[in-house]
Formats: sequence, structure tokens, C-alpha cells
Amino acid sequence: MPKIHVEYFAILREHAGCGSEEVQTGARTAAELFRELDGRYRFPRLASLKVAINDEFRDWDASLSDGDSVVFIPPVAGG
Amino acid sequence: MSAFAFSRVALVPAELAESLRDDACGALVTFEGRVRNHNDGRSVERLEYEGYEALAVKEGERVVAEALDRFRITHARCVHRLGPLALGDLAVWVGASAHHRSEAFAACCYIIDAVKDRVPIWKKEFYAGGDSGWVNCQVRSA
Repeated sequence: MPKIHVEYFAILREHAGCGSEEVQTGARTAAELFRELDGRYRFPRLASLKVAINDEFRDWDASLSDGDSVVFIPPVAGG
Repeated sequence: MSAFAFSRVALVPAELAESLRDDACGALVTFEGRVRNHNDGRSVERLEYEGYEALAVKEGERVVAEALDRFRITHARCVHRLGPLALGDLAVWVGASAHHRSEAFAACCYIIDAVKDRVPIWKKEFYAGGDSGWVNCQVRSA
């Protein structure tokens, strides 16, 4: 199964209890990977959530490849 | 000089303004976002910023590039703090210089609005009661 590097920030980092992890997964898309990890960590329900793959914003139905780096992006609050 | 950058040390507005100096520009509009002692009716004592730096720098640079494209400005940049900040600290600085002021004002507004809306930066507030919360991530129970 592909191995995906997942990084967590802010509220999701606190819920996951780690800043990053390697996930061996059968998930084919970013959405499937999130559902899998949400089942494990029970992330809080947020007003919005975006996803980045290899440091670029992507659609949730973007497919994953072995070695990809994925970040789930909770609502931002810069400034 | 990068168009968008993070800093873990205090920002110095005079130095940042000087970095946009251009004798062809009669206007330099700057914005300073500072740490406020209240938010949403709560008393805030301090806060922490966290950034997804690899993407945030790219997205921040895109924002500044858009401003340079949309407005008749000559230079623009934005610098954002990361880590722990105290009340009154400078959290974000935006500057835009132009031949004339109206375009510099518009560009400065555009950049700070877009940075707040799009750039992956998160703010954790620490309240007077001892609790804390991530801004815009509050979970409302039904």
C-alpha cells in the first residue's frame, strides 16, 4: 500500500497529538485519506477544510501517489 | 527581498518601510496588524501564530504578485510573525509603494484581505480565564 506523509497544523495537530506521521493507506484520494484519519482521530467539525498535496492546494478528489505529502488545512486566521 | 516572508523575531516597521523606498514613488501605504486585547467579546492575554510555511510563502507571494498586477503600484511586500506574541506586538506588516496614493491604498487593502483569507496561518488566542482557542476553528455544539 502507498505510504503518505501527513502533516498536521494548529487544531488538527493538537487533535492528532503529533505534527506529522507516515500513513500506509489504501485511500485513493485526499478525501478518502481524510475520512480514514478522521475515523482514527475524530477531528473537530470545522466551518471549512482544504487540502494540499506536495505543498499546493488541491481538490479533495485529487488522487494520491506513494510518497505524497498531504496537509489538511483548517480555517485560516492570519493577520 | 521576498514579497512574502515569515519572521520569528520582532518586526521593525521603519526598516520594512525603507526596503520599499523608491524615489519614483510619492506614496508608501503601510498596514500594521497588532495583537488586540479582546476578540469576540473575550479578553485576550497573548497569542501564538503557526504557519504551514512551505505553502504559505508560495500563497503569500501569489497574493503580492496579484496586487502588483491589479494595481498601478511599484513595490509591495508582506511580513508575518510566527510564534508567541504579546498584546500590542506587530503581527503582520504590509507595504505598497506607488507613484500616487490611491493605488497604494487599494493594493495594501487587497494584500491584507487576501492574506487573512487565503494564506495558511493559524492564530491561537489565550484568554484571561486561562483557556485558549484557535480563531475561526471554534466547534459549536448543537
